[in-house]
Amino acid sequence: MEIVMDIHPLVIAVTVFVLAVFVGYYVVWSVTPALHTPLMSVTNAISSVIIVGALIAAAPMEGSIAKIIGGVAVGLAAVNIFGGFTVTQRMLQMYKKKK
Amino acid sequence: MTANLAAILYLIAGVCFIMALRGLSSPASARAGNIFGIVGMVIAIGTTLAQPGIEDYLWIVVGIVVGGLAGTVIALKIQMTAMPQLVAAFHSLVGLAAVLVAASALLAPDIFHIAVEGKIKLVSRIEMSIGMVIGAITFTGSIIAFAKLQELMTGSPLVFPGQRLFNLSVALVIVALAVVFCIDQSPTVFWIMTALALVFGVLIIIPIGGADMPVVISMLNSYSGWAAAGIGFTLENTVLIIVGALVGSSGAILSYIMCKGMNRSFISVILGGFGGENSAAVKSDKPHKAGSADDAAFILSNAGSVIIVPGYGLAVAQAQHAVQEMAELLTKQGVRVRYAIHPVAGRMPGHMNVLLAEASVPYDDVFELDEINSDFSSTDVAFVIGANDVVNPVAKTDPQSPIAGMPILDVENGKTVLFVKRSLSPGYAGIDNPVFYNSNTMMLFGDAKKMVEAIVKAL
Repeated sequence: MEIVMDIHPLVIAVTVFVLAVFVGYYVVWSVTPALHTPLMSVTNAISSVIIVGALIAAAPMEGSIAKIIGGVAVGLAAVNIFGGFTVTQRMLQMYKKKK
Repeated sequence: MTANLAAILYLIAGVCFIMALRGLSSPASARAGNIFGIVGMVIAIGTTLAQPGIEDYLWIVVGIVVGGLAGTVIALKIQMTAMPQLVAAFHSLVGLAAVLVAASALLAPDIFHIAVEGKIKLVSRIEMSIGMVIGAITFTGSIIAFAKLQELMTGSPLVFPGQRLFNLSVALVIVALAVVFCIDQSPTVFWIMTALALVFGVLIIIPIGGADMPVVISMLNSYSGWAAAGIGFTLENTVLIIVGALVGSSGAILSYIMCKGMNRSFISVILGGFGGENSAAVKSDKPHKAGSADDAAFILSNAGSVIIVPGYGLAVAQAQHAVQEMAELLTKQGVRVRYAIHPVAGRMPGHMNVLLAEASVPYDDVFELDEINSDFSSTDVAFVIGANDVVNPVAKTDPQSPIAGMPILDVENGKTVLFVKRSLSPGYAGIDNPVFYNSNTMMLFGDAKKMVEAIVKAL
């Protein structure tokens, strides 16, 4: 454990980031071109996981400008999450195999 | 909930998001992938709400309900032809959310645990600057892209003298302000930097013309990912970093594919000035063969195999359903019907595939350029509808042409080429298409939908 304790959190974050870029690279190249539009709408939905930051900002008991901004950001991200997943589902349901 | 448990749950959410993208490798697994995405999102939100700092749920609930309702209604009502605008609008929201989160982190650093004795840590200052700047560019850039696609503003490139130098200086000022902010943590500097980044987003998209919009949307997709990653670094939140990296690389790959589909370099797209509306239509009086719907129906029903090449004009004319009806009738008569899709056939990556899927075209009848291009020479009829530049052999023969080097569908190799078009006018790129005048080409002049409906009737 001691070795881990000495590592700056930023280094861990960068490690995760770099590995995730590689995962993203290979996973996205395996996406069939026919589904590139749903890919874009679903990435749109999942990038709204930025809502986790907004939730923290909107959560304190006492009111502040930060809380208001956080509340607005929660709403915006929610539009994207619900909208993104719904429209992706709608599109994917259209793709049918030959009978 | 302990910090370790939260970190593990965030990791699980991250894996769900990877599975969501992985599912898109085939239409059969894609719906399961989307469910993975939703599960990941629920885990990420649930984990955050169980954190000790979350005291007041009122605003959160209101935000999720109001935003969620709005998003769902929009997603259920949107026309498939309007997908590019919708995606652009959604990108702008991700960008704005990133800006807002960065702003609240600046105003209340304590709740995000990024401050030591009232001062925001240097690393966090750098990270939030990056997240905010990219978020702001994504926000306004996507609004301009939306306006262009929705035709609220002209699709022509907006250029002025000294534009590139001006944009470059704005970018340098933003970087300089970021450095100042990182040194002295002045909120004023941060807000000026935000404002400039918002302006910069507008500046970089206005010179890009309508033809390059597929690249622009993909690029903004990528930016929205990098913005999320920047905020993820600020909050030291692994799921946000993972998602940011996934989305960032996804958008970058799509931009690359779109650029390759038009044989344009990414740099030249960014610099802009290409692909406006063409008023200088080339008048042509070269001899060509024109036919009627009855002629076309006769040729089609006597063919053994047909490849349909749809372009965006098909969607504009809302002719997809008529085309599918025609394909079904031909299939019943024993004709093998397939569809060939050019990478930039629609207005965003994969757009034409969605439009065909909506018209109930089975996805195993739809082929990409690389898969089907060599089959044209053994095909009886190439049926081109609403497409032009993507089937123009000038791309291969004339290195001076604006579309030189662009991969094209070799329709001219078909035994007969049926070309549905309003007139002999050139396409987006403003160049004449020699296929019109080939002896094996029959032009079918008229509105795409009416023409196909007439063919259906004749069949």
